[in-house]
Amino acid sequence: MELLLAITIGVLVAASVYLMLDRNVLRFVFGLVLLSNAVNLLIFGSGRLTAGAPPLIDEGAYAPTGLVANALPQALVLTAIVIGFGLLAFALALVYRTYMTLGTVNTDEMRVAEPVADAKEAGQ
Amino acid sequence: MSWLPVYPLIIPVMTAVLSYLFRNSPAGRWISVVGTVALLLASSMLMSEVLEEGVVVAQMSNWAAPFGITLAADLLGGVMVVITAITGLATVIYSLSEIPARLERLGFHALLQTLLFGVCGAFLTGDLFNLYVWFEVMLISSFGLLVLGGSREQLDGGIKYVTLNLVSTIMFLSGIALLYGVTGTLNMADLHLAVREVEDTGLLTTIAIMFLVAFGVKAALFPLFFWLPASYHTPPVAVSAIFAGLLTKVGVYALIRTFTLIFDQDVGYTHTIMLWMAVITMVTGVLGAAAMNDFRRILSFHIISQIGYMVLGLALYTPLGLMGAVFYLVHHIIVKANLFFVAGVAKRIAGSTDLSRIGGLYAHAPLLAFLFLIPAFSLAGFPPLSGFWAKYVVVKAALDLEMWVVAALSLAVGLLTIFSMTKIWGAAFWPDHPDGIKPRLSSLPIGDRVALMLPIVALAALTCIIGLFPEPFVQFAERAAQQLLDPTDYVTTVLGVRP
Repeated sequence: MELLLAITIGVLVAASVYLMLDRNVLRFVFGLVLLSNAVNLLIFGSGRLTAGAPPLIDEGAYAPTGLVANALPQALVLTAIVIGFGLLAFALALVYRTYMTLGTVNTDEMRVAEPVADAKEAGQ
Repeated sequence: MSWLPVYPLIIPVMTAVLSYLFRNSPAGRWISVVGTVALLLASSMLMSEVLEEGVVVAQMSNWAAPFGITLAADLLGGVMVVITAITGLATVIYSLSEIPARLERLGFHALLQTLLFGVCGAFLTGDLFNLYVWFEVMLISSFGLLVLGGSREQLDGGIKYVTLNLVSTIMFLSGIALLYGVTGTLNMADLHLAVREVEDTGLLTTIAIMFLVAFGVKAALFPLFFWLPASYHTPPVAVSAIFAGLLTKVGVYALIRTFTLIFDQDVGYTHTIMLWMAVITMVTGVLGAAAMNDFRRILSFHIISQIGYMVLGLALYTPLGLMGAVFYLVHHIIVKANLFFVAGVAKRIAGSTDLSRIGGLYAHAPLLAFLFLIPAFSLAGFPPLSGFWAKYVVVKAALDLEMWVVAALSLAVGLLTIFSMTKIWGAAFWPDHPDGIKPRLSSLPIGDRVALMLPIVALAALTCIIGLFPEPFVQFAERAAQQLLDPTDYVTTVLGVRP
C-alpha cells in the first residue's frame, strides 16, 4: 500500500513539474493544484498507513482501545486542503484578472514591472 | 502559563475585523492606528517579561506540549515581535497620507493588520505546522496588499510573487510531512530532542535542505530571489516598505530558528551550503542594485544583498556570527523600511521614482536629504550608525574563522552598496530637477507632511540611537545568540520538564 501511495505521489509531482515548466501561467497554477495534492498525500503517508479502527474513544474511557489509525495526519491534511483551496482560488482570480488587464498569460510577455528596455540597458 | 504571548496575536486580528467593518469611514484608519499602538504596548510587555523571566510560553487550552498548540517567546522571538509592531506603526502612520481612500475602502487597513497578525504568529509559534499556517496567513494578506488597486505593474509583479511563493510554501509543507514521518512530532522543542534519536541522519540532512530551499525563497536567497525584484517596487510605497522591512526577515527568522533548534546535526554540510548561498546572495544583490536606475528597484536589490549578511552570520554558526545575524536582522528592518519611506516622499514631491526623471531634492528639501543619508549610510555600514556595528560583528565572526575570502567579499559588497547609494544621491538629490520642478516638502499639506515625515524621523532616530549607544543592543544580541546555540532553556520551558 505504501508503495502504491509513493508511486502515486511521484506521478503527481512529475506531472505538476511538467505543467509548471510551461510559460502559460494558467498551466502553472494547475501544476500547483496537483503539487499541493501530492503533498497532502505525502503527509497522509508520513503518518503511516495502518489498517486500524477509526480513532474514536469509548464513552467513559480516556484512550482508545486496540489498534487505531493515526488521527494527526488527517487533521494536518484537512488544514492543508483548506488553506490550499483558499490560495488556489486567489491564484486563479489573479490569473484571470491579469489576463483581462495585460491581455496575456504568457510569462515571456509579462514585462510590465521589469521592462525589457531596462534589461538591455543593464546588459550593455 | 502566561497570557502575554497571546496578546500580540489577538490585538491585530481584532483590529483587522474592526477596521474592515469601518473601512468606509475615516474611523477605520484611526482604529488601525490605535490597534497598532496597542500591539506595540503588548509586545513591549512581552519583551520585558522575556528579559526578566527567560522564555515565556503559552499552551493553548492548557494542552501540554507537544500535544497542544504552543506559543513561545524567547529573546529572538520577542525582539522580532517588538520590531514588527514598530514597523507596523510606522507604516500605518505613513499610509494615513499615502493610501488613497479608494484603497482604504477595499480594506487596506484590514489586510495590513492581518499581515501583522501572521508575522507576529510566525515569530511566536512553537510548532512547525503552525509556522506553516502563520506563513499562509502572512502570504495571503501580502498577496492582497500587493495587488490591491490592480494596476498593470502590480498584477504583473503579483503573478511572479504569488506563484513562486506558493511553490516555496508547498516545499515547506512537504518538508514538514517528511520530518513528521521521521520523528513523529512537530513541536519544535520536542523536535530538538527527537532528531537526536533518528538513526538515518542522511534523511534528516535531505529534509534540512528542503527547508533551506523553502525558507530560502521566502528570505530571497540566491538563486531563489527572483520574485523579489520583480514585485517589490510595484505596490504603494507603504506596502513596499513593510514588505521590505518584514517579510523576507520572517524567512531569515525561520532559517535561524530551524537551523539552530532542529537541524544542528550535520552543520558541516548544511551550513557550508548556506554560507556560499549567503555570499553569492550578497554579491548578486549588490550588483543588481548597481545596474538599476529606479529608486525603489535599487532598494529592492539591496534587500537581497543585506539578507546575505544575516544568513552569513547564521551559516558561520559561532556565537559571534549568530549575534551578528540577530543584530543585523533588527537593524536592517528599521533601516530598509525607512529608505522606502524616503523614496515614497521623493516620489510624492518630485513626481517619480525613476532616477532619470527626478532631482533637486538636496537644494529644495534638505531635511529629506539629511534623513535619506542616515539610513543610507547605516545600510552601507558607516560608523557610528547601526549598520556599522552589524557589519563589524559579522565580518569579525568570519575573520575569527579565518575565512578571508568571505570577509573580503562582505567588505567589498559594503563598498558597492555605497556606490549605488551614491547613484541615488547623484541623480535624485544633487542635480536640478530635469523638468525644472522645485520639490519642496512645504508643497505638501501640513497633515500629509506630519504623517509622512513622522515615521521617517522616528526610524532615523532609532538608527542613530542603536549606532551611538550600541552596548545594550550588542549585549542583548549576544544573549539571544547564546539562547539560540544552547536552547536548553527553550526546550525545558516549552515541554514543562525542569531538570
